[in-house]
Amino acid sequence: MSEHIISSKLYYAIWIALLVLTVVTALVATVDLGPFNTIVALVIATFKALLVVLFFMHVKYTSEKLTKTVIVAAIFWLLLLLVLSMADYTTRLLS
Amino acid sequence: MLSDSPVAVEQHGPELLHHFVDAKQQRDAATLGMWLFLATEIMFFGGMFCAYLIYRFWYYNEFAVGSRSIDLKWGTINTAVLICSSLTVALGVRAAQMGKRKLVVVLLLLTIVFGLTFLGIKSIEWYSKFEEHHVPGRSFNADDLVKAYPQIHIDPQREQIFFSLYFAMTGLHALHMIIGVGVFAFLTYYAWKGRYTPEYYTPIEMGGLYWHFVDIVWIYLFPLLYLIDRKPLG
Repeated sequence: MSEHIISSKLYYAIWIALLVLTVVTALVATVDLGPFNTIVALVIATFKALLVVLFFMHVKYTSEKLTKTVIVAAIFWLLLLLVLSMADYTTRLLS
Repeated sequence: MLSDSPVAVEQHGPELLHHFVDAKQQRDAATLGMWLFLATEIMFFGGMFCAYLIYRFWYYNEFAVGSRSIDLKWGTINTAVLICSSLTVALGVRAAQMGKRKLVVVLLLLTIVFGLTFLGIKSIEWYSKFEEHHVPGRSFNADDLVKAYPQIHIDPQREQIFFSLYFAMTGLHALHMIIGVGVFAFLTYYAWKGRYTPEYYTPIEMGGLYWHFVDIVWIYLFPLLYLIDRKPLG
């Protein structure tokens, strides 16, 4: 009856990866990469979030397509909000 | 026809509600509902992230200086604390799946301890901001930041916008943490009472989804608030 049980080794591996990435992102921020500092920080954050969603939140192991649809739709809505807002604000002429 | 007889209906525990076919369907429905709630939470925080993005675009220098003025050491430690709490949550759900009652209670308690540690560190950070007069309002004063970073030109009044967003975003996140600690206190109590079994541990799993979500919000808040501009100044 019970759902798929993930081995505790995998959980510890994800935990170590998240801690290492936290230290890496804090250290990389102190190096001057120009505009890439922000990009690297956001890529690392998104990768960390992905690890949490897929493994800690069991999304990788769910067979429910409806749940996955809700997650993708939620991210899509958020991107709509951010991208369309910035499409406005970045193209205004500031007098 | 055995499956339609009343005897078959009695074979499951009292936690299976009558309008669900089986425990899996009930759990899937709960998971879907929880993710729908989290979708609304994404939009709730999303409004703030959008405001942050617009003002960071307009007032980058003020954001850069504000980011430098908050403590990177505490921010990094707090990120690690939250990641540890997410591990104990994940292991707690796993222990519930296997029916290890005592282990569930220990792991849920550890989660609460990590959560309170996070809030304690956050309050240290907020306290120092109050002492430095970096809280938006009448006593706000960013003259110390103008002096500390002469290379970066800022308008000390616009510096309030960064700190307004800093307090609003970390405050909303901290409120979610406080609610999470409350939820986990209930879960710990009922786990200790033996309410959860390998067939029924949905509340722990749903509480876990909420906790992980709050962790993800922090995973983004950390680079967006603490790591805007940490390059050595030339």
